[in-house]
Amino acid sequence: MRAYVETSGKGPTMSTEITVTVNGTAHTEAVEPRLLLAHFLRDVLDLTGTHVGCDTSQCGACTVHLNGEAVKSCTVFAVQANGAEVTTIEGLADGDTYSNVQQGFWDEHGLQCGFCTPGMIMTSEALLKQNPNPSEEEIRAGIAGNYCRCTGYQNIVNAIGAAAKAGK
Amino acid sequence: MAVATFGESVKRTEDPRLITGRGKYVDDVRLTGMAHLAFVRSTYGHANIKSIKTSAARNAPGVIAVFTGADLQEELGGLPVGWMLPDLKQPPHPPLAYETVRYLGDAVAVIVADSAYQANDAVELVEVDYEVLPAVVNGEEATKDGAPQLHEEAPNNIGFDWEVGGGDYAEAIKDPDVIVVKERIVNQRLIPNSMETRGVVADYDVGKGNITLYTSTQIPHLVKLLFSLVTGWPEQKVRVIAPDVGGGFGSKLYLYAEEVVAGIVARQVKRPVKWIESRSEAYVSTAHGRDHICDAEIAGKKDGEIIGIKVDLYANLGAYLSTFAPLIPTYLFGLMLGGVYKMPNIDCKVHGVFTNTTPVDAYRGAGRPEAAYLVERMVSRFAQEIGRDPIVVRRKNMLQAHKNGREVTTGVMYDSGDYKGNLNKALEIFDYKQFRADQRAARRDGKLLGVGIATYIEICGMAPSAVASSLGAGAGLWESSNVRVHPTGKATIYIGTSPHGQGHETTMAQLVSSELGIPIEDIEVLHGDTDQGQFGTGTFGSRSLAVGGAALFNSLQKVKAKTHRLASHLLEADPKFVTFSNGTFAVEDIADKTLTIQEVAGQAYAAANLPDGMEPGLEEVSFFDPQNFAWPNGTHICVVEIEQDTGKVEVQRYVAVDDFGNVLNPMIVDGMTHGGVAQGIGQALSEQAVYTDDGQLLSGSLMDYALPSADMFPMMELDRTVSPSPSNPIGVKGAGEAGTIAASPAVMNAVVDALAHLGVKHMDMPATSEKVWRAIQDAKEAQRAARATARAAK
Ligand code: FES
Ligand code: FES
Repeated sequence: MRAYVETSGKGPTMSTEITVTVNGTAHTEAVEPRLLLAHFLRDVLDLTGTHVGCDTSQCGACTVHLNGEAVKSCTVFAVQANGAEVTTIEGLADGDTYSNVQQGFWDEHGLQCGFCTPGMIMTSEALLKQNPNPSEEEIRAGIAGNYCRCTGYQNIVNAIGAAAKAGK
Repeated sequence: MAVATFGESVKRTEDPRLITGRGKYVDDVRLTGMAHLAFVRSTYGHANIKSIKTSAARNAPGVIAVFTGADLQEELGGLPVGWMLPDLKQPPHPPLAYETVRYLGDAVAVIVADSAYQANDAVELVEVDYEVLPAVVNGEEATKDGAPQLHEEAPNNIGFDWEVGGGDYAEAIKDPDVIVVKERIVNQRLIPNSMETRGVVADYDVGKGNITLYTSTQIPHLVKLLFSLVTGWPEQKVRVIAPDVGGGFGSKLYLYAEEVVAGIVARQVKRPVKWIESRSEAYVSTAHGRDHICDAEIAGKKDGEIIGIKVDLYANLGAYLSTFAPLIPTYLFGLMLGGVYKMPNIDCKVHGVFTNTTPVDAYRGAGRPEAAYLVERMVSRFAQEIGRDPIVVRRKNMLQAHKNGREVTTGVMYDSGDYKGNLNKALEIFDYKQFRADQRAARRDGKLLGVGIATYIEICGMAPSAVASSLGAGAGLWESSNVRVHPTGKATIYIGTSPHGQGHETTMAQLVSSELGIPIEDIEVLHGDTDQGQFGTGTFGSRSLAVGGAALFNSLQKVKAKTHRLASHLLEADPKFVTFSNGTFAVEDIADKTLTIQEVAGQAYAAANLPDGMEPGLEEVSFFDPQNFAWPNGTHICVVEIEQDTGKVEVQRYVAVDDFGNVLNPMIVDGMTHGGVAQGIGQALSEQAVYTDDGQLLSGSLMDYALPSADMFPMMELDRTVSPSPSNPIGVKGAGEAGTIAASPAVMNAVVDALAHLGVKHMDMPATSEKVWRAIQDAKEAQRAARATARAAK
């Protein structure tokens, strides 16, 4: 079901056609210019792994990779992603093989309720790409833009450390 | 094929779906024809509604309907209170206000539209004409003469006056040797902030008249019951599903207005409807926690003996009574005022007060963090006053270790614990002597270093139903389980608890596996769908394993008894000689006479050869109601360093020794402790809900409310003692709240310790840079003034 289809009959909504490649598949869709990338992924493409945890760009639950860089997808309009490559949490594993970060989160108990987890993992991936061998302090600073209310971050830090080790 | 054991750190079975983005939270529910809701909320703290104009909103693109409180007054009923107190005032609590709004965010109307964007657009088009009334937000101010009044039913805004105690405090302090130390202790209001906000999808079946609510809740069965009671919807036609739930911390433990409204609106518009709370909305519409203003006294002697504590508490209830609001600042607070100490005299008075703020209810720890903070702050304050080491004073007053019940001053029975053992172990890990030497050296270098100790004990494992009911509970607080072993020997269980991060799918399967010897991957754990299983109470108060796990354990014993009898029959052996271990029945001394539990399960369904009177099938249900609560306890130690020039507090070390009784999955218990401690540190150092006098919430978004991030914490050092709880058959106590309870007093005791040599004796939370910096300046100023006076006197 498309969430943004007009059915009330009270006039059309302006829409723009965009093409975004998400997890390797190109999607062409007509969207409202104000539609956020987070909602485009969730409600138009039905990729609900990207979560929305706030409305002020603070929580990081919506983090995805846009042309290889971690961005908060609630802070990007879908139209701004026109022509871009997006990777979401659903696109991270290679078949049944988890990425090192995903595996680290599982092995080290880096999640509890799991709501922050997709964004946290996407941020951690980007962090390790920039700095494959981060110190504890660098890990903590690197994920300071992502909130987790369950874990006290300790096992998230351990998970990223484990992923860094596995990546060597 | 792995059979799990009790005490093993089994990796979580929930995680594969959650690390790949395949979890299913409420916002991930998509139904054909689904419309979206948005609420019009009060922009004032207190106002009469003169009129609501909805025509522009009704004509907006995508809008299907708009309902005001007046439109749905009959259908919506009033929100319930689940805990009674003597003389409790229960003002009506309409899900949509129709005459008066009493807090910022009180909902007055709801929009139904094709999309969430359109629904939110239309909110802006609703014109509400308010007559603004004077407001009051402070729980103490609200009881004073001339304060604005919220409810006719509650004169002076007092919802209840309650007291508890033991011994005779007034008499005890008449002793001329007794020193009384007084302090005003404020436990600031907090905003829970589970990372998933609340949300609900209501699906009305027009043909059958059934309603299904998908809701982000900790208590699906209670939501079903309460929804049915307030709306009159027959209970058998109400189904509540809690899918994956992204945290709760107590804030999803009530029947909320939006759940009722969504159900009723779905029936009105004959379409499924979805409401997802925005974060900014959550700040005003989801229950807050804490908010105590308290005059406290502690009394004792020069040698460190503590003889009692006295408390006069104004507990802010917010504008209405949330479901469990009357319970939190009363029993869960007052009964804990003895802490782990003898504390022979306790005098506690509590005034529950209505104010023009968001309703206040349980937040992680709920009443117990407030009590532990007060007790531990006052004990350290007392030690400082008499010039003794806080550890010496604590040790002198601690209860002796016990294994099976110890009645304390407030009349409750602690189950088991070795309180000094916790303290000793924590001190050993920490190396207290070395620290004090380091601290002296640091002070010489102009550095501010402090250590804080906090012990705690908490009432958990809610609850013996008869006790709870005698104290005011509106529902039984037992827990339930259903174990279904399939003909192939695989199992599906349904538990009455409802996890939101606690990992029940893993731990409950682990318990089944360890008892029945069935591999953990052959066990499916179902929860949170009221149509899938028997009634359950839910997940809160660190109760899931202590009560729910015990219910599961009992079902498993029934399965074991039946399969044992059947196996003995099939093996043609006297049951006395049939053993069961690792999933296999064997006849003692006869090597080849064995049957696996899978084979026996198959035979139970084949029913070709059952013992006399045995029914076919293999499915058992248990409802477990404990005889006593469970009482986790422990000692936490925290070190802070304070930057002189900025007042910035940094937590350098954190050591926690907890007694959770037996531990089923240490990895999960440690994880929960980390999270709890982090929330306690958050309260101590950064979090605070701030209202203006007229009821505007200044800390109303994640931009303004300082939620802790990863760079605020050191690696926590955890250890345990184990005193199995006699309150349940598996000897567990509960671990969900402990960290939060111990951490805020540990941190604040450390902050005050770091500044004690400057003359600082107390500081309210949160210890923000500004507050600490001011305290340092004031203390230095006072020292300068004292020196000047001394010089003048010479
Ligand atoms: S949803 Fe919170 S930062 Fe994007
Ligand atoms: S695991 Fe729940 S918010 Fe991070």
